[in-house]
Amino acid sequence: MADLVEDIMEMEEDTQKGRFLTFSLGKESYGIEIKYVTEIIGIQAITEIPELPEYVKGIINLRGKIIPVMDVRLRFKKEPREYNDRTCVVVIDIKDISIGLIVDTVSEVLTIPENSIVEPPKMNKGFNNRYIKNIGKVGNDVKLLLDCEKLLTENELEDLSEAM
Amino acid sequence: MSVQYTNEPMLDMLIFETTQLIEQLEQSILNSEKSSCYTEDAINEIFRIMHTIKGSSAMMMFNNISTLAHSMEDLFYFLREEKPSNVDCSTLSDLLLEGVDFIKLEVEKLKNGDNADGDAAALIDRINKFLSVLRQGNNSTVSTKEIKVGQIDTKKQQYYISQSKVEASTYNNAYKAIIYFEDGCGMENIRAYSVIHNLKDFTDQIFYLPDDIIDNDECIEAIRNGGFKVYLKTDCSYEEMHKIFMQTIFLKNLELIQLENDDELKQFLEEKEFTDQEYFNKAPCQHAIYKEAKEYTDKELHSPPTQQSMISVSVSKLDKLMDLVGEMVIAEAMVIQNPDLKDLELDNFQKAARQLNKITDEMQDMVMSIRMVPLSATFHKMHRVVRDMCKKLGKEVELKIFGEETEVDKNIIEHISDPLMHLVRNAIDHGIEPHEDRLAKGKSQAGIITLEAKNAGSEVQVIVKDDGKGLSKEGILKKAKENGVLYKSQEDMTDREIFNLIFLPGFSTKDSITEFSGRGVGMDVVTKNIETIGGSVSVDSVPEKGTIIMLKIPLTLAIIDGMNIRVGKSRYTIPTISIKESFRPNEGDIITDPDGNEMIMVRGQCYPILRLHEIYRVKTGITNFVDGIIIMVEQDGKSTCIFADELLGQQQVVVKSLPEYIKNYKKIGGLAGCTLLGDGSISLILDVGGLINI
Repeated sequence: MADLVEDIMEMEEDTQKGRFLTFSLGKESYGIEIKYVTEIIGIQAITEIPELPEYVKGIINLRGKIIPVMDVRLRFKKEPREYNDRTCVVVIDIKDISIGLIVDTVSEVLTIPENSIVEPPKMNKGFNNRYIKNIGKVGNDVKLLLDCEKLLTENELEDLSEAM
Repeated sequence: MSVQYTNEPMLDMLIFETTQLIEQLEQSILNSEKSSCYTEDAINEIFRIMHTIKGSSAMMMFNNISTLAHSMEDLFYFLREEKPSNVDCSTLSDLLLEGVDFIKLEVEKLKNGDNADGDAAALIDRINKFLSVLRQGNNSTVSTKEIKVGQIDTKKQQYYISQSKVEASTYNNAYKAIIYFEDGCGMENIRAYSVIHNLKDFTDQIFYLPDDIIDNDECIEAIRNGGFKVYLKTDCSYEEMHKIFMQTIFLKNLELIQLENDDELKQFLEEKEFTDQEYFNKAPCQHAIYKEAKEYTDKELHSPPTQQSMISVSVSKLDKLMDLVGEMVIAEAMVIQNPDLKDLELDNFQKAARQLNKITDEMQDMVMSIRMVPLSATFHKMHRVVRDMCKKLGKEVELKIFGEETEVDKNIIEHISDPLMHLVRNAIDHGIEPHEDRLAKGKSQAGIITLEAKNAGSEVQVIVKDDGKGLSKEGILKKAKENGVLYKSQEDMTDREIFNLIFLPGFSTKDSITEFSGRGVGMDVVTKNIETIGGSVSVDSVPEKGTIIMLKIPLTLAIIDGMNIRVGKSRYTIPTISIKESFRPNEGDIITDPDGNEMIMVRGQCYPILRLHEIYRVKTGITNFVDGIIIMVEQDGKSTCIFADELLGQQQVVVKSLPEYIKNYKKIGGLAGCTLLGDGSISLILDVGGLINI
């Protein structure tokens, strides 16, 4: 019995391993590990909350659960864009914190084998890649694999450096 | 509220049970102390409680608790059997309460996931000493007692035998079972006892060997080596019995034999009788213990029916249930008020919808009522506080309790227990005068502290009243001047305003306690605690007559009456309780000072105006005061006017906290949380206190 459960757990792990949900922001294509993703919904009415950084657009009602939404475009300091019917909210769940990520379009779920994943290039300045954990190669395309945890937790650091 | 015990269920059970027992125990100790004698009932009760705690903690291997409980049980066993006349009640109570505190502390440790590692050796020593002193003082009576006990026992024995002869025929099947427990599982005797306990549901004819499993630790060895032998007669079939036995925890091996006739059983009984008599001759005292255990189990067997109607549920599950019900109410509104249904003649639908509405309403009420807990437990805790304080200060205080059956939300109970304790302490420490002073003033020798709770609309009032010397206005004013917290000239202040000064943080200092009856200690903590749950504190006092402190607390945190307002596209909810009035202003009433601060004159009073759209940077077409609406809100005697676009209407809203992510980011001024409106959109709940201080 216990073995069976373990097997299933393992299989679940396996089916999620190396799989990424890819979405695009402008020209770039990004990937999020599938295990973080709870669901994908269309853009909905957002209630604004005052005194928050610009990239936190507000909160939405997800079937009675209230979750914050973050515009990934603004998070990466890109030009804001009007939301349209292709705009999606990717709801991710990290360490019991749920948050919605607003992205331009969601593309597909890809399996990227481990040997196609490489470290991002190290650059000393001018290039801000702390949210990019790895880079995945799929055919001729490059997917930037996001570090979700940093996406959520790096606020304080940023604020500090900005204040200084 | 979210005290989640992530431990195993057995431990949860232990913690829950022990906490309840301890509370019960404390209560009966205090009652006994008050009447300065331990009645037989009280002694029996304490004995029983100690026995249960001992058993369950030993089962979970918390040896420090179980040994302490054991020594207390010994003491009470002695009290119960010997009925000594020379017991020093107050020392006894002190010892017991100390023991109670120790167990409480250990249970608290367990709750927090720590090990119960306290050392009770010193306390046990003192209990044992106390017991031996009692024994010595009572020596003369012991010998006669022993004989008496013996006589009772022989009678009992005879009855036993006759019972087995008469009733043996009522059961059809006789079984002999030998149970072996797994090596190293520990506490074999307790486990054996639980087997017997389970079997009692099926038959009352059980005989087992060794027969003194509860009180004789030596029998552990016997069970380990020779197994635990049970003889019983029952109507159950072999399969049924086998199943019952197989449920035993840590069972290693079971031998279950159906006996052809009850010869063996009888033989066993005779043997037992014989050994019993031997026992009786040798060690009457030990035998009596055995009898106790028997009686005890009988009593325990009778109690379950009353307990079975109660069930303990974790609060987190209730929270979840309430969330779900809240969602359902919203979903219902979304269906019934669906725009697709507009202008359609749907008689049957409307009928069904009304029915649904009724049910959801009832369900919401029900869920809310599940969370309601009477205040009695919190109030009764104060008995202990009063007792300890009185002992320390040498004062005499009587605690009167009214309206303990008043119910409030579980979350709120947790928040008011500490403030209440503070208030009671203060009342005894600073309010109630010493005996001589009271007598000189013509008051009764014992001070009276009254705890009262009552419902008043959507809030509960908790009143702490004493008949002490009251607050000294001059003293408070002097102190306030020294601390520089006086914000008005002395002459302008009403009595109430003066008294309210004691709630200011930093007002209390050590010397204020001795100088006057300044109830400074921790008063600001009281206010803060009460304010976090949306309540308020007020104080009134008459010199030489006493002081009244009133806590107003909301019935529940989860649902509030709110006024929905709109600013641009955003919606906000203001708790109705803090709204004084709303009105359309006249152009002429608006005043702007040179700094650009806007104010409004209402009935000769000037209030500041907060433009919500400016504070929260909301885009709106309405910026002119005459086009919008002004809502005057008040909290803690401070008022301000909020300017919004329009009022949307009043409704009960379910309070939800803002998402963790946002809370982690920063605390947003003036926002208390959010809620879902009937159409599924989100409204932000304004925190009036926070807004005023912006």
